[in-house]
Amino acid sequence: MQLKLEPRGFQSKFWSYASPVLAIALTIVTMGVIFLVLGKDPAVSLYTFLIEPLVAENGATELLVKASPLILMGVGISLAYRANVWDIGAEGEFTIGALFGGGVGLAFPDLPFAVLFPAMLIAGVIGGMFWALIVALLRTRFNANEILTSLMLTYIAQLILIYMVTGPWRDPQGFGFPQTAMFSANATNPTIIEGTRLHLGIFFALAAAAAGWLLLTRSLLGFQLRVQGFAPRAARFAGFKENKLVWTALALTGGLAGLAGTLEVTGPIGQLTPQISPGYGYTAIIVAFLGRLHPIGVVFAALLLGLSYLGGEAAQIELALPSAVTGIFQGVLLFYLLGCDTLILYRLRIRSSRPAAVRA
Amino acid sequence: MDFQYTSFILSVVIASTPLLLAATGELVAERAGVLNLGVEGMMLVGAIAAFAVAVTTGSSTLGILAGVGAGVLTSLIFALLTLSFLSNQVATGLALTIFGTGLSALIGKAYVGMVVARLPQIHIPGLSDIPFFGPVFFGQDVLVYVSFALVAAVYWFLFRTHAGLVLRAVGNSHDAAHAIGFPVIKIRYLAVMFGGGMSGLAGAYMAIAYNTSWSEGMTAGRGWIALALVVFATWRPFWLVVGAYLFGSIMYLSLYIQGFGVHIPSQFISALPYASTVVVLVAISRDRKRIRLNAPASLGKTFHAAG
Repeated sequence: MQLKLEPRGFQSKFWSYASPVLAIALTIVTMGVIFLVLGKDPAVSLYTFLIEPLVAENGATELLVKASPLILMGVGISLAYRANVWDIGAEGEFTIGALFGGGVGLAFPDLPFAVLFPAMLIAGVIGGMFWALIVALLRTRFNANEILTSLMLTYIAQLILIYMVTGPWRDPQGFGFPQTAMFSANATNPTIIEGTRLHLGIFFALAAAAAGWLLLTRSLLGFQLRVQGFAPRAARFAGFKENKLVWTALALTGGLAGLAGTLEVTGPIGQLTPQISPGYGYTAIIVAFLGRLHPIGVVFAALLLGLSYLGGEAAQIELALPSAVTGIFQGVLLFYLLGCDTLILYRLRIRSSRPAAVRA
Repeated sequence: MDFQYTSFILSVVIASTPLLLAATGELVAERAGVLNLGVEGMMLVGAIAAFAVAVTTGSSTLGILAGVGAGVLTSLIFALLTLSFLSNQVATGLALTIFGTGLSALIGKAYVGMVVARLPQIHIPGLSDIPFFGPVFFGQDVLVYVSFALVAAVYWFLFRTHAGLVLRAVGNSHDAAHAIGFPVIKIRYLAVMFGGGMSGLAGAYMAIAYNTSWSEGMTAGRGWIALALVVFATWRPFWLVVGAYLFGSIMYLSLYIQGFGVHIPSQFISALPYASTVVVLVAISRDRKRIRLNAPASLGKTFHAAG
C-alpha cells in the first residue's frame, strides 16, 4: 500500500477553492496543538486568537485597518507572481513609499488638505515604484535574480528609514526619540468613522482589488501577465515583451506598496518612526497565495491574515504569549496551503506496493 | 601593528564562517536542483536551538549538535512539501523563512538576556604562540576548521566521487537521471537535509561563537546573503570561500569604520553588506552565458515521476 500522486491533466476548480479552506482548518487545529504545548488551554487560546478580536469593541474596523495594507500589497504581488516576477521586497517598497509620501507631508504641512494629501499619496506611489523599479532594472538589464535583490533592497530601505527619523527628520521637540513630528492635520489620513481608526486606506484597497480584477481578467495586459507566467515560451512566440511585463509588474507592486506605506504612516501611526510595519510586506505574500493570486481572493485572505495580527496582540495581552505567535500562524498556514494546493493538479491514489512501470 | 593585523583577521574569520557554512549547504541542495530560500529561517531555528541547549547544558558541543539537528528537521518540512507534495520551491522556501523567524522568536523569548560561554578557540602549545601565524592558523575556534574541511569535502564529493556525479546529474536533468534509474527524490531529500544541517550549524555559530546571546532575527539577512554567495560562486565550492570571506570582510569593516568615528551615518555603513550583495549579484549575473553554463539546469523545477 502506498500513496501516489497522479496528475489530473487539468487544474481542479474544486480544489483551488477547497485547498485554502482545508489549509485554514488544518492551521487552526495545529495552532490548538501549539497552544497546548505552550501550556495554555487550546479552546480559550483559539477563542482569544481568532474570535475575541472580532467581537471586541471596534473589532471590525480594526480588522479593516490591518487588512487595508495587506490588500493593497497583496493585489500587486498577485499580479507580479502571475507573471513569474518574484518580488519579495514589498516591505521595502512600503517603507520608501512612506518616506516619500511622509516627506512631502513634513515639508509642506500648511498646504490645504485637498492639495497636500493627494500630493503625498502620489509621492508615496512614486517612492514605492522607484524602489521596485530598481529591481526591474537589475533583472532586465543585468539578469540579476529579483528575489535576492528585492530582499536586499528591503534591508537597505529599513536602514534609510532609521537614518531619516534619527537624523535629518528627527523631531527637535521629540525628547530625543527617533521619530519625526506628527503630521499636520492637513497631512493626515482622515478617519472615516468617528471614534475608530478606520481610514481612507480601505477605499483604496477595495478600489485596487476591483481594478486588479479588471486588469487581470478583462485586459490585454492581464492576459499577457498570465501567459508570461504560465507559458513563457508561448508568450515569446506571441511577441509579448518579457522585459516590459517585468517593468509593469514591478511598477504595479511597488506603486501599491508605496501607497499602502503612505496611508499607514499618515493614518494609524501619524508620524514616521523606525517601526512602521509589523511585516505587512511579507504577510502580503501569504495573502497573495491564500487569495489564489486573484485580486478578489486577496480581499478575503487579507481579512484572515489581518485577524492574525489582532489575535497575536490579544494573545500577548491576555495569555502572556509572545506576539511571534502571529508569525507561526502565518508560516504554518502557508505550509498547509502549499501542501493542499498539490490537489489542484494531482489526485491522491492509494495503490498496492507493486512497483509501477517507470516513465519519465 | 602586528597585533592589529591579527585581531583584524580573527574578526573577519568569525564574520565569514557562518556565511561559508550556510552557503556550502545551500550549494549542495542547489546542485541537486533544489532552490531552498528558507536558509534564513533554518539558521534562526538552528541558532535558538543551539543557544537554548548550550545555555541549559553548559555544553557547546551539545549546542552545536542541537543546531544541526534543528536545521535538518526544519529542512524536512521543506523537503516534504516540495519533493513529496510537489509544491513551488520559491513559495515554500519563503514560508520556511517566515515560519522559522516566528518559531525562533517564540522559543527565544525565554532566553533573551541570557549569556552563553563562547565557543573556545583552540590552543596548540607552541604552534598557537607563534606571532601572527599562530593565532591565525592554529588559534581559531573548531568550527572555522570544520567549515574549511566541509568545503573541501563537498568539492571532493561533488567532483571526485560517483555519488557526487549522480547528485549533479539529478540537478542538471532530473528526467534523464530518473530514466537511468537514479532515485531523484531520495537524493534531493538528502541534499536538502544536508543544506538544512549546514544552515543550522551556521545558526549555531551565530548564537554561540559570533555572539554569545540570543536576539530576535539575529542572523540579520545572512541566510539571504548566503543564497547570493552561491550565485556569486557560480555553484563552485572554492569560490564560496572567496565570496564568504569577501562579505565577512565587508561586514567586519563596517563595524571597524564605525569604531573609528568616521563621520558617516552608521546606517549607511550597516547597509554596506546588503548593497554589496546587490552589486556582486549584478556583476556576476550580467554574464548570462557563465550563469547558464554553471547553474544546475533543473534548479527550482518540480520533479514528478509519472507512472
